[in-house]
Amino acid sequence: MSRFLAHVRMVASKDLRCEFRDRQVLNASISFSLVVLLMFSFTFDPNTNVEVRSLSSGLLWVVYLFAGVLVLNRCFTRETSNDCIAALVASPLSGDALFLGKTLSSCALILAVELISLPVFGIFFDSDWLPHFGRLLPVLALGSWSFAAVGTTFGAITAKNRLRELMLPLLLFPVCLPALVACMSVTWGIFDPTAVTEIGPWLRLLIGFDIIYTLLGVLVMDAILKAG
Amino acid sequence: MGEPAIRTRRVAKYFGDFPALREVDLEVRAGSVLALLGRNGAGKTTLLRILAGLSAPSTGTVSFPAADSGDRDRQGRIGVVSHGAWIYDELTAAENLRFFAGLYGVADPGRVVAAWLARVGLERFRNSRAAEFSRGMRQRLTIARAFLHEPDILLLDEPWTALDDRAARLLSELVDQARQEGRSAVICSHQLREAFEVADEVALLHRGRLVFRGEIGASLRERPQSLYERLP
Repeated sequence: MSRFLAHVRMVASKDLRCEFRDRQVLNASISFSLVVLLMFSFTFDPNTNVEVRSLSSGLLWVVYLFAGVLVLNRCFTRETSNDCIAALVASPLSGDALFLGKTLSSCALILAVELISLPVFGIFFDSDWLPHFGRLLPVLALGSWSFAAVGTTFGAITAKNRLRELMLPLLLFPVCLPALVACMSVTWGIFDPTAVTEIGPWLRLLIGFDIIYTLLGVLVMDAILKAG
Repeated sequence: MGEPAIRTRRVAKYFGDFPALREVDLEVRAGSVLALLGRNGAGKTTLLRILAGLSAPSTGTVSFPAADSGDRDRQGRIGVVSHGAWIYDELTAAENLRFFAGLYGVADPGRVVAAWLARVGLERFRNSRAAEFSRGMRQRLTIARAFLHEPDILLLDEPWTALDDRAARLLSELVDQARQEGRSAVICSHQLREAFEVADEVALLHRGRLVFRGEIGASLRERPQSLYERLP
C-alpha cells in the first residue's frame, strides 16, 4: 500500500513539477478563464439585469469546465512526447496509481485556475463571494475532482488520437453534465440563500459522481494503457 | 542448464491483416546476450515491444521462467531502451532519473542517480533540463534510465544510436558487465559490428519469421554483413 501511495505521489509531483517549469497550461487556462469572464460580464451585464445574478454561478462553472479542458488536454499529451507513456507502462507503476496521480495533479491545477479567477468573477459580476468562501471551497474541490477524474480517463483514451484536442471535450462535456449541474446548483444555493434550490441533494449527487468516476478510472486505466 | 530468462512460444502479431510476427519461438538463456537482427520491417521492434509488455501478442505466449511472479514484478525486472527517449524534457537529468528510480523502488535513489549520472558522463549537466540536451546526451540519459534499477533483463532497441565512440564503448561495457552478473539482454540494431561484439547469439528475423538462430562465431564477427546471406 505504501508503495502504491508513493507511486501516486511521484506521478502527481512529477506532473506538477513539469507544469511549473513551463507554465503552459496554467498561463493558457487562467488567461482563457479571465477573458471569457470579461466577455460574459459585457454580454450579461449584472448591473442592468438582475436575473443575470442567478445565472452567474452557471456561467462561472461553464468557464471552469472550459478552462479545465485545457488542463486535461495536456494531462496525457505530456506523456506522448518522447513516448514517456511507454516508459510508464513498462515500469512497475500500476494503472490505478497512474490514474490517481494524474487526477490529483490535474485537480490541483484546475483548482488553482478556479481560485485565481474567482476574485475576478466577483468583480465582474458584482458578487460578494468572500463571506461564502469557506463553503465554496469544498464545492470547487469536488467539482475540480469530477472534471479531473473523467478527463484523465478520457485523456488516456484520446492521448494518441490526432484529433485529441477536439475529442476530449466531445467526450468530457456530456459525461460531466450531472456534475456541472450539481456544481452550478450548489454554488447558486451558497451565493443566494433565498434561492429555491436545495444544496443537500446536489452535493450528494456531486460526491456520488466523484466516487463513481474515480472507481471507473481506477478499474479501466490498466486496460486503456495496455490497449494503447 | 537452468530455465531460460525469456521464452516465446509461437508468438504472432497482426496489425489488421498484416502479419508483423509469425509464430516466433525464441529462448534467451540467463546470462547471455542475444542480437535480434533483421532488415527494416522484419519485426524486431514489434517483438521487443511484446517482450517489454508494451504490446500484447495476437497469439502465442511470452514468459520469463527464471522468476515469473506477476506482471508488475516482471516489469520491475526489465530495463528498456527504445526508439523514444522515455525522458521528460521539462525535468532535469537528475529529476528524470530520480523519478524512474522511485518507480522501480531503487534503494538510496540519491546515491544511485548521482553514480549513474557520473557513469554516463552527465554529472556536469545534472541540473540541466533534458530539453537542452543534444541527441547523444539524451541517449546517454536514456541508457542510465534503463540500467539504474539493475534489471535482470535488458531490452535494447538501437541503443548505439547517436552515441559517440566513448559512450558506445561504455554501453558495450555495461552490457558485458550485465552478462557477467548473470543478467540477460536482447539487442536490436542495424549496427552489426557493435552488436556482434557484445552478443553471444544471433537471431535473424525476416518478414516476421525467425529464419536463423545461432552462436556468433569468428566468421560473423569478421564479416558481419554475411549474416544477411542467410536470408531467403
